[in-house]
Amino acid sequence: MLEYYIPLGIMILFGIAFGIVMSKASEWFGPKNPTDVKQSTYESGMEPVKSARERVSVKYYMVAMLFIIFDIEVVFLYPWAVNFRKLGMFGFVEMFVFIAMLMVGYLYVWKKGALKWE
Amino acid sequence: METLIDIVKIVTVMGILLGVVAYVVLLERRVAAAIQNRIGPNRVGWQGLLQPLADVVKLVMKEDIVPRNAHRFLHDLAPIISISIAMTTFAVIPFGDSITLFGRTIKLQIADINIGVLYILAMTSLGVYGVTLSGWSSNSKYSLLGGLRSSAQMLSYEISMGLAVIGVIMIAGSLRLDRIVEMQSGWMWNIVLQPIGFITFTVAAFAETNRHPFDLPEAEPELVGGYHTEYSGLKFGLFFLAEYSNMVVASALITTLFLGGWQIPYAAEMGLSGNLLSVLQVGAFCAKVLLLVLFFIIVRWTIPRFRYDQLMSLGWKVMLPLAILNILATGLAILLIG
Repeated sequence: MLEYYIPLGIMILFGIAFGIVMSKASEWFGPKNPTDVKQSTYESGMEPVKSARERVSVKYYMVAMLFIIFDIEVVFLYPWAVNFRKLGMFGFVEMFVFIAMLMVGYLYVWKKGALKWE
Repeated sequence: METLIDIVKIVTVMGILLGVVAYVVLLERRVAAAIQNRIGPNRVGWQGLLQPLADVVKLVMKEDIVPRNAHRFLHDLAPIISISIAMTTFAVIPFGDSITLFGRTIKLQIADINIGVLYILAMTSLGVYGVTLSGWSSNSKYSLLGGLRSSAQMLSYEISMGLAVIGVIMIAGSLRLDRIVEMQSGWMWNIVLQPIGFITFTVAAFAETNRHPFDLPEAEPELVGGYHTEYSGLKFGLFFLAEYSNMVVASALITTLFLGGWQIPYAAEMGLSGNLLSVLQVGAFCAKVLLLVLFFIIVRWTIPRFRYDQLMSLGWKVMLPLAILNILATGLAILLIG
């Protein structure tokens, strides 16, 4: 069983090694003459104003939270989908109830305006 | 011996993937030029065929600039995450049936694991990290906005992507990608059985790869370069490579799930067999993938970009209900028709 994952592990190691070598290549071969202006933050030629590490709009957090809720539902659906033919009508009705309850939450989120971006 | 075969397969596949990606960049530039009535790069080699090589040499010889205010470690890490995930996602995609070489039957798939679809979804989720970390660590406003937009967009469309595959899994009854391809012999491709699944998955794949019309993370007119504004040299090149290899992998995935993978209709009736058939099947797979890549490119140069609120409402208010309805419809169809 586990031996099927060996090639996968090797592939991931190769991918990481490729990334490290390539991202170091410019450091090894490129010129190195840093200046103060060159290393400042790029802001279309203006003097950089303040840092970018400021507070972020709450909407992004909302999207992240909704993603966690819905993605877990998606993961629940996978084993059900694999065994769908074995479960038959019983499985279908059960999942219909589950999705209906999920949809109630979805409509609540929609009506509350969490999906709205202006 | 088994491990040696695996390594040979991996090196071959990665080499081919990198080569294809390099030439997809050239293809995109030539197609874009043709659409915009320009000539495009045609000076380096015959018809510009050596252009990718020249670009890599140029990027290697550039200075590697790291902004003073950037988080050094995460700034270095982000492109590595992006490229390694973009390349390793290909590991579970079957690009052919099996081939017999020197008395050994070799399966034309790197890792034949029984959770193939889950692996792909997990890897695409991890892909968000490269973009988000590069946006945050650069400590530049353009990068930060690009990274934030991109993470919100990729998260939103990942749900539709995951839901769109479920119809295919219900038909195949398995998460193995080679099993899903076997089920689609002849003309019983999943695009026929799952047209809505195909459309939702393709749209979600466009959004997941940050391609036009969903390329807001790097929308040039407003964000300069988006999340990779503060990168130079080959680190910038790695983000570029990652974007194009994501596109190739997404095309390969759409081919595998909906367009019959390496299947050639009527191949058995034509009396082909053995290694010749295997080679033809790999060819068919490559042809389907290249046509999809061409579709990605043509879409980029012919359709205007979405506004961000349109993008989010499309993802949450159209794609999500559509994908769930598709699951219910597929379930009913399987139960009633069989």
